[in-house]
Order: sequence, then C-alpha cells, then structure tokens
Amino acid sequence: MPVSKLVGAKVRRREDPRLIRGLAHYVDDISLPGILHVAILRSPYAHARIKGIQTEAALQVPRVVAVFTGSDIGDRVGAVPVASQNPTLRVPKRAVLASDKVCFVGEAVAAVVAEDRYAATDALDRIRVDYEPLPVVSDPEKALGRESPVIHSEWPDNVAFRWTLKQGNLSKVFKDADKVVKQRLVHQRLAPIALEPRGVVARYFPGEGELTLWSSTQIPHLLKTQLSLMLKLPENYVRVIAPEVGGGFGSKLNVYAEEALLGYLAMKLNRPVKWIEGRRENIQATIHGRGQVGEVEVAAERDGTILGLQYRVIADIGAYHQLLTPGIPPLTGLMLSGAYKIPAISIEVTGVFTNKMSTDAYRGAGRPEATYVVERMMDRVARELGMDPVKIRRKNFPKPKEFPFKTATGLVYDSGNYQLALDKALKLVGYEKWKRQQKRLRSQGRYLGIGLSTYVEICAMGPSAAMPAGGWEYGAVRVEPTGKVTILTGVSPHGQGQETSFAQIVADELGVEIDDITVIHGDTAVVASGIGTFGSRATAVGGTAVLQAAQRVKEKAREIAAHLFEADLEDLVFADGKFSVKGVPKKGITLEQIALEAHMARKLPKKMEPGLSATAVFEPSNFTFPFGAHICVVEVDPKSGAVEIKKYVAVDDCGKVINPLLVDGQIQGGIAQGLGQALYEEVIYDENGQLLTGSLMDYALPRAKDVPRFELARTETPTPVNPLGAKGVGEAGTIGSTPAIVNAVVDALSPFGVTHIDMPLRPEKIWRLCQAKEAASAGGRR
Amino acid sequence: MAARTKVSIRINGTAYSHEVEPRLLLVHYLRDVVGLTGTHIGCETSICGACTIMLNGAAVKSCTVLTVQADGGEVLTIEGLAQGEELHPIQEGFWECHGLQCGYCTPGMILSTYQLLLRDSKPSEDEIRHAIDGNLCRCTGYQHIVDAVQYAAKKLRQKAVGNRILDPI
Repeated sequence: MPVSKLVGAKVRRREDPRLIRGLAHYVDDISLPGILHVAILRSPYAHARIKGIQTEAALQVPRVVAVFTGSDIGDRVGAVPVASQNPTLRVPKRAVLASDKVCFVGEAVAAVVAEDRYAATDALDRIRVDYEPLPVVSDPEKALGRESPVIHSEWPDNVAFRWTLKQGNLSKVFKDADKVVKQRLVHQRLAPIALEPRGVVARYFPGEGELTLWSSTQIPHLLKTQLSLMLKLPENYVRVIAPEVGGGFGSKLNVYAEEALLGYLAMKLNRPVKWIEGRRENIQATIHGRGQVGEVEVAAERDGTILGLQYRVIADIGAYHQLLTPGIPPLTGLMLSGAYKIPAISIEVTGVFTNKMSTDAYRGAGRPEATYVVERMMDRVARELGMDPVKIRRKNFPKPKEFPFKTATGLVYDSGNYQLALDKALKLVGYEKWKRQQKRLRSQGRYLGIGLSTYVEICAMGPSAAMPAGGWEYGAVRVEPTGKVTILTGVSPHGQGQETSFAQIVADELGVEIDDITVIHGDTAVVASGIGTFGSRATAVGGTAVLQAAQRVKEKAREIAAHLFEADLEDLVFADGKFSVKGVPKKGITLEQIALEAHMARKLPKKMEPGLSATAVFEPSNFTFPFGAHICVVEVDPKSGAVEIKKYVAVDDCGKVINPLLVDGQIQGGIAQGLGQALYEEVIYDENGQLLTGSLMDYALPRAKDVPRFELARTETPTPVNPLGAKGVGEAGTIGSTPAIVNAVVDALSPFGVTHIDMPLRPEKIWRLCQAKEAASAGGRR
Repeated sequence: MAARTKVSIRINGTAYSHEVEPRLLLVHYLRDVVGLTGTHIGCETSICGACTIMLNGAAVKSCTVLTVQADGGEVLTIEGLAQGEELHPIQEGFWECHGLQCGYCTPGMILSTYQLLLRDSKPSEDEIRHAIDGNLCRCTGYQHIVDAVQYAAKKLRQKAVGNRILDPI
C-alpha cells in the first residue's frame, strides 16, 4: 500500500465533486412527501405594541393550511436562549413569535403554512396586524441617555450588561507617560451574509416520537440540546442534521426562533415543514456582527514603549440577546494586549439595548475589534512620536524566548515569533522601496499610503472552563469489516474542507489510502456528540480528537497483530499500512486484514472487545494564538476619494499546516471580508430603526473587481497546546486585514492632516475630508 | 389563482413540458418542478448570481426570469455541464485550484465563467474579474476562482486545438 505523507500536502478537496456538479444537498434541496412551506410575517416597525392580529383573510388564500401567531403558541415553545453568562446580564424574553410588542424591524409576528411557497407568501399580505408605534432608539450612545425610550420596561434603562477588566497600575502609567494618545473608534455593524441564507426543514414521526430537524447550522449538537429544551421534548428524541451548509461566518453559530418554530409546526400539523430565509429576511433577522463605539487611550514613553491602554466601549446589542451576544465584547477585552507587551490594560464594556437585530459572533467575533483598537493606536502613537510604524511594533513585541507569554489581560500566548512574520512581510512587500515611492509621488500630488497590522488572535476555542457550552471536541474512527475507514467528527464544516484535512490526518496515522476514508459530520444521530465549528477550532480541537481516536485504533490493531503473530507488542513495526514483526518485513498484516479479524472476533486476545473503532474527546489545555503581519499599499485619489489597493501582502502563522491549499483559501477569503469592513460594508438603521441596507444592493459586499490579488506567505510556529501543532486559521485573514487597510488609507491622507477615519472608508467620506482640508488651507492663504 | 400555461423547455439536452403558473420563476421551475437543485437562490434580486444559468446561449439570473419567458428555449444548468463522469474543464479548474469553499455560489460562478469563455478564450485577470463581478462569493476572496477560470481557459484552448468545441450539448 504506497502511502505518501499527506499532512502538509496540497490535497484537492474531496467534498468538491458533488459541489461542482450541483449534486450537493443544502436545506432547500431537501424535499419530503407532503412537505408544507412556511413564510414568516415580520414587523415593519422597530418598536411597537401589537394590539391585534387578524388572520382570517390569510386563511382564505387557496392552499394555505394554517396561520400561527404568538398567542397561538403561547408558552408551548420556550424563549430564544442565551448561553453566555455574566452576573450583570439582563435577559429580556424573546418569544419565537412576538405577541405583545415588537422591538426591531424584522421581528417575527406570524407564520403562514401552505402547500407551496408562493401561496404562503401571498397569504402574508392578507394578515392584518394592528400596531401602535412606540418611541424608538437605534443609536447605542443615545440609548444610554436620560431622554431615551426604554426598550424593556422590566429595567429602568437600556443597559444589557456591564463587563470590566482592569490590570496593572493604570493611573500611575497614564500620569507618568511622556505621551497619552486618545481616539474615538467606531466598529460599524456588519452583516455576515453567508451566500446560503438560513433554512430549516422539520419532520415529526408521532409514532416514534422523533423530531428530525435539518438546519443550515454550524452547531447541530448544541442546537439539538437547545431545541429539546425549547420544545420540551426529551433530548434523545431530537435529531438535528446540518446538511450541506452554504457558509456561516458565525451567523449560523446560533439558536434561532425559526428553528424551534419549525419544530413546533411539524409536531402540531403532523406534516413536514420547510422555511427558507429570503435575503431581505437574512439582513433583518440573522445576527449582525461588530457594533462597538469606544474611546481608547494609550500611554507611551518617548521611545515608543507602550505603558498602558484603556478602552471604554459601548456594545450595540440590539433588542435581544442571541446565543453568544454578551460573550463577544469580553473577547475584545481579553485581546487588548494585541501582539505587544502592555503592562497595564483596562476595558469597560457597556452592552446596550437598541431597537435593532441582535449582534453576535461574526467572523473574528470580538477579536477584529481588539485588533483594530490596538493596531490603529500603534499607528496613532507612532505618528505622535514621529516614529516609523514598524519600529514601534518591533519595540513592543514579546521576544520569541518570552513565550509562553502572559498578557496583562490574563491570557497565556502559547507560542510566537512576531518579529519573524513582520520581517518576512516587510521583505515581501518591499517596504523601503514603497516608502521612497510614497515620498516621490507626494511631491507630484499623488497620495500613497502604507499600512501595517501585526495581529495576534485567540483561537481553537477552547478550554471548556472558559467556554459557555463546552470547548472539547469529539472524534471517532471506525475501520469497517472491509477495511474502509469512517471518521466521525463533532465539528460541522461548511466550506472549511475538513472532509479532506481530517482524512489526511487519519490516512497518515493509519497508513490507508485517502480514498478509502470518509468523514461524517453534522448528524446528531450518527455522530455521538460534538460542539461544532466556530472560533477557528475545528482542526485544532476536532482534528486532534480525530487523531487521538486514530491512534487508539492503531494501538488496538497493534495488539491484534501481535496476538496473531504470537509476538510481543514491542516487536511489532508499522510501515506502509502493515504491521509486521521486527526483522520479518515481508510477512505483514494489513489494517484491512486486522479489521476483518476484529469483526469476525474468532482469534482476538482474551477480554478484547470485538470490532476496530475508537472514540476520543479532546479537551484543550489552552487557546491557541495564531499571528501574522499584513501590509497594504494603497493610493488614494483626493479628487474622487477612491481607494486603490496597489499591493497586499499577508504573512500568517497558524501553526502546523495540514493542507496549504485550504489555509490559503481561508486567508484569502478572510482578507476579503476584512477588506469589506474597511472599505464598503455597513448595516445602517435610521433614527426610526428602519433598516436602510436591507438588500445586497444597499449592503455592499466586496465583488471580484473590488478585491486585489493577495500575496501570501507563512511562518510556521507550532502550538504546544495540541499534538497536531495546528492553531487555526478561519478568522486570521479577517482580523489582520481591516486595520492594515485603514492604516494605509490614513497614512495616505496624512498630508491632509488626517489622523483617523471611521470605517467604512467610502469614497464620499474620504473626498469630504480632502475637500475640507483644501478649503481650510485655501482660506488660510487668503 | 391564475390560470396555468404550458411550457416546453429543453434542459441539459432533455425536453420537459409542464403546466405552470405564469408567475413561476424559472429558478423555482428548475428546482421545484424539474428537480434540478444545483441552481441556487441567494438573493432573489439578481444581485448575487447564485442562480446563474445559460438560457439560449446567454448567462441569465434565473431568479428574475419567468418560466414562461423560457418557453421553447434551451437551458443549461450546472447538472448538464459534465459529460458522464468527465468533468467540464471549468469544473475541473474549480476543483484543481480550490475555487470554492461552501460551494453555494459555485454553480452560478461556473456558468458565468462558461459565458465568459464562450466569448473570450484567453481572458486577462481583469477581464475575468469583470466577467464574474455579478456573482458574489463570500468565502474565497475570488483569488482561487480567478485561478480556476485561467486554468479552465487554458485547458479549453488546448482542447480547441484538437478541434473540440466548448459547448457540451
């Protein structure tokens, strides 16, 4: 059996053939006999009392089967859950259908069930809801004001929670510092926009008492637990299947009202039901990300040594919490040391209710905010001190020998070599050459900017003690009687490619052909347990579980081989997929033969259980901390405000790489998303809480023409936290890129006296800044 | 409820005939009536391009075409691209170059590429990016997609030398 070493190789994806042929099954591709279609009526008001709902006319629409409102459901379905905890947390009850009042545009108020989706949609127009509009607050800063309407009357104000972290002698460092730099920063709200919107199919078998729910989710096992609680069903009668999932980015790391609603409808009507989210619904009622407004202060010495950082931030929660909403801003707080030695750090978070959809985990989830704060401020401080942005970063990096490095925020960075990644990026981009070019072009009235970001992020979530719902992961490896290998994993890939990378790991470990391996995920009835895919954890945590299960299988196979050869365990060697006795390499026994023996179970060692399979649950001892250096070169045209990216270099270190093709794909896609935040994307609600960016025409996703070719390179610093040495790479690109791009644009505009611009850096905003400066200097000349 | 209209459409070389509501969108016809679910719906507003198919030789976004408009026409969807087990060079390019992650935009992206390569056998990177500007991808950052299109273009040029035409139908 010729087997090459697959870990580290560019193996093309095994999931692709079904996808490129159009043969994969996403939720909407699942059809069941007698299936009914559900359409959801959503509130057009950001804040209103529901005085009555008339559904009779909707029921008259041909092919409509039923209409449900919040009062029809009552307490039969529990509230939408929040898993992240905090002693100050206020949790307003979020029913799956609102019955008394609505608190954001897009909140569900009624559901129509019909024989086909057109009829269901027709009937939505016939439902009459009598709304009494209430005063609205959509701006999180205003929501804290005395005059603000209070959204949830159970509490005296709109504070959703508070969270603080203080370490080091802040008052002293800020008093003694040579320089204190302050900046207000806005992290605008973003919409994750997975290309496949959410969708649910639910089927109930009353005889068996079994509810099966197909959902476009990142967390089938967590969803199964929560559904059983919401629907008051025993958990062992609930099965959740995540079929092909068309992107998530955190937006499907949640438990949504519609998931429980569909389960309820399937049971109530005793028919399978399907709901497919429209894009307009997706922007209204799927979680948003970011949404922080803060003031940051940094204290530094004249030589660039950073002494302390304070961040007071308002987190825009929206009207309700979703699963992890209050858990996101603390991640910002924990990562405020960035890639630097900062002895004193504080963060004060105030979570604020607003009449908007909830914020929650969107690719990066709290870390892009931290990285943006730190990386923007490194540039601000460097500028104030007249230092090169490279020099101030080098000055404050922990040295490689200082790892494991403990931050003031209490984290222990596992491993790193930040200088190396930066040096490599500087060389790759040609930093000095661009500096000279910048100087030369400025004299010609052209504005080049060079922006850096040397990020570190927190990944491989994580030790269970630090997670809201477990941080371990489950893996199993089973060698079938015919020698084929089945991997079961609790992670739930939806584009990341673990059907390939996990097979690579096991192929190497067991010495079998990769084509003889299959990877099963996303079905709670098949995969015994799991946590899911998020927080760049799948390979580092889930891959390790799979590796450990494979190692256990191999140990059992070794015992069987030793028994068959009547040899000592220590005398057995494993090579090319065969066990043989030391010195007798020709007389080997393959894993396939051992598997058959294990299943026939006639000649097994005494007391050994038949079969050849093993499970493992990996509990990580720490997070991992991938890092890297991104450098972006832009040219800004002050006459139009347009930003052109001339060069983009990214050197990322995600520890040990299993499949470079997949890692490059994650980085490139991640950078494009970070670029989207820097330049284009913003969820905008007006002062009445109306969503102004409710379609992809108004919410600007980067297109092929907006994105440059990225030049990628790597350094490889393995993590000691898991035996694979892999750190995780799903979010790195998004975290690293945004500040590099903004820093580049601000650098380009420094001749205009610009020291900061809030994102997104749309041409109109840049043009205004340049105009204002030119007008001022023209005024000065007069 | 509106009266039904009869439509006859050739899809991937097979003739189909159905009575449909005049308002039925072509994408719903393909997916729900014919059962070809490889064509996806990502926005219902012609912006994302996930539903792109070929209709009478032109790439169209099937979420904003009525089925009745396709009556008598010829449709090519993602399912019709491979010939048996043999992948179309564009599909091969997406596989070889890791031009997809979640795969949801991929059928539309492949069909837009198909249109591009019908028109231009040797597009530049700029031309490729322009041609797929109406197809959104949230996963890849487009770079590997561009590589995939270049791979396919090269492969097709080599095939054309052997006097094979692009269109598999």
